[in-house]
This record gives sequence, C-alpha cells and structure tokens, in this order.
Amino acid sequence: MKQGWSGPLEKIDDYRWRIPKSYNSGMRVPGIIYADEKLLKNIRTDRAAEQVANVAHLPGIVNYSLAMPDIHWGYGFCIGGVAATDIEAGGVISPGGVGYDINCGVRLVRTNLVEKDLKSKIRGLIYALFHNIPAGVGSKGEVRISTQEEKKLLLKGAQWALERGYGRPEDLEYTEEGGAISGADPGAVSKRAYERGTKQPGTLGSGNHFVEVQVIDQIYDEQAAEIFNLHLGQVTVMIHSGSRGFGYQVCDDYARGMVRSLDKYGIRVPDRQLACVPVNSPEGKNYLGAMRSAANYAWCNRQILMELVRRTFQKFLNLGPKDLGMDLIYDVAHNIAKIEKYTIDGKTRALCVHRKGATRAFGPGHDELPEKYKSVGQPVIIPGDMGRNSYLLVGTKKAAETFYSTCHGSGRCLSRSAAIRNLRGRSIAKELEQKGIIVCSTGRETLAEEAPEAYKDVNDVVNVVHEAGISKRVCRMRPLGVVKG
Amino acid sequence: MKRYEIIDHTADIGIRAYGKDLKSLFANAAYGMFDIMADLKNVRLREGLKIKLEAPNIEELFLSWLSELLYHYNSKKIIFKEFMVDKLTENAINATAKGERLDLKRHTLKTEIKAATYHELKVEKIKDSWQAEVILDV
Repeated sequence: MKQGWSGPLEKIDDYRWRIPKSYNSGMRVPGIIYADEKLLKNIRTDRAAEQVANVAHLPGIVNYSLAMPDIHWGYGFCIGGVAATDIEAGGVISPGGVGYDINCGVRLVRTNLVEKDLKSKIRGLIYALFHNIPAGVGSKGEVRISTQEEKKLLLKGAQWALERGYGRPEDLEYTEEGGAISGADPGAVSKRAYERGTKQPGTLGSGNHFVEVQVIDQIYDEQAAEIFNLHLGQVTVMIHSGSRGFGYQVCDDYARGMVRSLDKYGIRVPDRQLACVPVNSPEGKNYLGAMRSAANYAWCNRQILMELVRRTFQKFLNLGPKDLGMDLIYDVAHNIAKIEKYTIDGKTRALCVHRKGATRAFGPGHDELPEKYKSVGQPVIIPGDMGRNSYLLVGTKKAAETFYSTCHGSGRCLSRSAAIRNLRGRSIAKELEQKGIIVCSTGRETLAEEAPEAYKDVNDVVNVVHEAGISKRVCRMRPLGVVKG
Repeated sequence: MKRYEIIDHTADIGIRAYGKDLKSLFANAAYGMFDIMADLKNVRLREGLKIKLEAPNIEELFLSWLSELLYHYNSKKIIFKEFMVDKLTENAINATAKGERLDLKRHTLKTEIKAATYHELKVEKIKDSWQAEVILDV
C-alpha cells in the first residue's frame, strides 16, 4: 500500500500551505502547496509533498518549490510541480522536472455548433473521430518521415505540419511559442529518439490522452468569453497529447546521462530522478536543445491531430470550414522547462522555469500573448476527467508569484491499479453513456484506469487557483463524447 | 516464489520483483514489466534478441536492462516474455530475450509504459534472495 505524508504544512492563508525550510536540512527554499482543506486531506494520502520538499534541494532554486492543487505523487518532481532556477547563479535544469512526455499539452478549438446540432449525431461523430485519429499504445500515423525530414520537423514544429496541409496559418498565432520554440538542436537528439519519432507525427497515444467533444455549460467571465468568441451552449473540442515516443526517449537518454554527471558538478539530490546539471553547462545546453526539439515535435503532433479532427467534422457533418468555424482558441504545454525573465529583488534575472504538470499563465499585457488576447490574459486550458468538466481560464498578473504558472488538470487520487481493482465488473463506458457521454477507447484497461473516480474533482482544483488569484475562470465545459487512446 | 507484484503509485505503476539470485531477479522484473504492458498468454517464443549492457553499478544496470527492453519493444514491436540471463555481474549483463512480434489480431495490449524511472529505485539482497523496486512511467 502507498504511504501517506505527515510532515509539517503551515497555513499561510485558505489556499496556500508552506513546508518550512527547516523540514529538511538540504532544502534551499521553502515549499508552497496551493490547496484548500478538502484537497489537502487527499494530498496527505501519498508522498507528493515529500517530492515538493525534495525539489527545494535543487541548486539555484528561486523563492520556493511550488505545487499546484492538482498535485500528486510522480517520480522526481511531483505532478503539479513548479520550480524556477536562476541561471546566472548556477541554477540547474532537470529532465525529471519536465517528465518523459515532453510538451504534453492541450489545445482548445471552438466551433459554430451548438449542442442540439449534434444531438442525433454525436455517437456517429465520435466513432468517426475514433476511426480517423490514430490512437492507442504505439499507434502509427498517416505521416511517415525520414530522419532528414524529422530534423526539419524538430526545428519547425507546427509550421512543418502547416506546410503539409495540416491547418491554417492563423493556427500558429494561437499556439504557445507560435508552435516552435527557438533553440531546438536536432544534433543533441539520439539515434533512438529519431527512430521512435519517424512513425508517430499525428498520433494521439494512450493513457490520459484524448480528443473530447464538449459543450460550454457555464460562463464566468462574459467579457473574456466574448474575446475568445465563446458562448453558452456552444460546442468545443479539446485535444490532449504530447511528443510520443520521441519525447520519452529524449528524457530517458538525458535522465541517465545526468545521473552520471552529478559528481562532476558536485550536486547532491535526494532522489536520482531529480538528477540535474547547471543550465549553462554543456550537458545542460544539450538537454535544452533536445527537449526543445521534443517540444516542437509535440506542437507539430497536436497541429496534425487538430486538422484530422476538423476534416472529420467537415466530412461527417457535411459542412464547410466557414460554417464550422473551428478556430483554435489556444495551445499550451504543461510539461516543459522554459527560460523566462523575472524581476527578483529588483534585478532582472533569466530563470529556468520547470513546469511538470503545470500550465503557463501569463497575465494581461504580456509580450508573448497574441494581440487579440492582450487585454484579457493567456488562455489556460484545464482538462478534467471523462465524466465531469473541463475549464478555460486566463492568466493573471498575480500569477507572478508562481512564475506565471497554474494547475493543469484535476490530478489523480487513485492509482491505476487501485482504479482497475475498485471498478472490476463495472462498465465505465456504459455508466458514462447513461450520463449522455459517448466514449471510445482502444485500451482494454484504459477506461477503468481513467474512470472519473480515479481523479480529484476538477471543480475543486480550479476553485483554488481562482480564489488564490493565480488564474481566473472564463468558462466551463461538459463532455459529450471522448476518444481515448 | 512470486515473480513480481504491483506497488501502488498514484500516477504510475511500481513493480516489486523477486529472485532467488540476481539473474532470476532481472528476468522476473522484465517479465513483470511486459506482463503489465500486454496479455502474455498468446505470446509465442518466435524471436530472440541478444542483449549486452554495461553500467556503473547494479541499480543502474537494472534500470538500463528494463529501458533497453522497452526500446526494443518500441522499435521492433516484439513483446518479450522469456529472459535467459547468461552472465551477470554488478556492472554488466549478457542475456537473451524471447518473444513474438506484435500481432493485434492475437495479442492484447494493456498499458503503455513510457519509461523505467530512477525514483525510489532499489536492488537489494534480503536474507538469501534478491528484491528490486522500480516505478514505471505510464
């Protein structure tokens, strides 16, 4: 059985809890967990909080080791963890602070449809999506590429997909980093990663990855919703996927390499999965270059997936692109490390911000926002579990305290094996169907593993980030149908 | 003796593997990993692959062994179910893995494993036998 955690959590206010530096002599900064009393009880049932304390050991870490309310036990970093390191002060980068699925992320697409347009068609539409979108363990896509071509993809990201007819130019404007982060270094990527990447552009993958057709069931901020061209009762599509086997291999290669470099830089970490090197070391630069390549792979992947979704809608509903109005609202990563500038003690510093299961949340006026969104802030897309809700939030200026980061989902509360055990004999697909949600999945055990009971209630999680002021609710969606890997 | 058991972990899956000696420990852990990934019942022994690895210590060797098998599964699409460890020291392994190329008409996949992680990794001798723990990212 998994053990709980009974270490000290000092209440700062209703939504912030501190793990004091004194908890462990190696901690360089305190830990802060964003949660309310209800979520906190759950957080104490596994060892995620210990991982927050472990991350506080990283050389160069600034202010605090942070955890969002969807925090749960991961490996190395907790899921929902945020840590920023000061590059000039010897700050480190850790592959374990990004995870294996580099640039796992979500995109949200609007439509001109309302729920009743799909009433009799939703089942057929979900089946058509399931048929057209390669999903499941080790799925292969319709796009196959040579290593030479893969190098171009790693530099161009979503643009590469666009050049092959997947999508429209304006999609890039509404993708974080324009769908391609600069500084990708295809030379820092192993032969094995290339090999795994050749067959997987445009594949969903398995586990918690999905394409979901949803309807907006609540609007919290009319003004912001108006800017995003979103209305009550409107149908949206959410896509959750990442860099597939390519990213897993990059992380695996570098995590192993860094464990072996720890002595070279005299770094001690309480968990080898936190292995790290200075950002400004040769190993650190190579990892950054490889990680950015994987990030671009993921943006390309989600761009292709979105276009497959659009084409399926067009064909199945026999409607043109103009009638459907399937514009991309935004695409944002939630497993990534980024170099961002912050003012710390009155000085501008370049920080390496690790977000592992956490979403960037820039407030209004930020330089990197699309012109249209400048007044309202960056869209933050929060997928929930299959049976409850998902959210669209926006970043706030107050989120500076979390290095402009917020939650990324509902967060698991049951292990996968416990979920399968507890749900033996029940048909999750049938139960969801009774609630009016159509589900298609390739994996025999995926549905049980991903059952709503395995997750915290996303409404509780979002309530915390909203009340703490690190992001703001815009609208809530309810699922109509889901394609799972 | 049980070959392996599942350790509960919120986000991922852990394996606790057992072996009367190091060789059987490595074989049983690999079996456990593939048993989580696929239904091994219908997997025949048609393909064999020689694996030779070196690492700085036994725990890293254990992790490299699982990672290497995962890589070959992903690149060659072979589901492995039998593992013959010929030579094993603290720093090196020589082994053969046997299984069958994935055929979705006959094989059922269960869970995708992204990687074997260093988190809480343990390889230890307990009394007369060996035990290992590893968390797999799924």
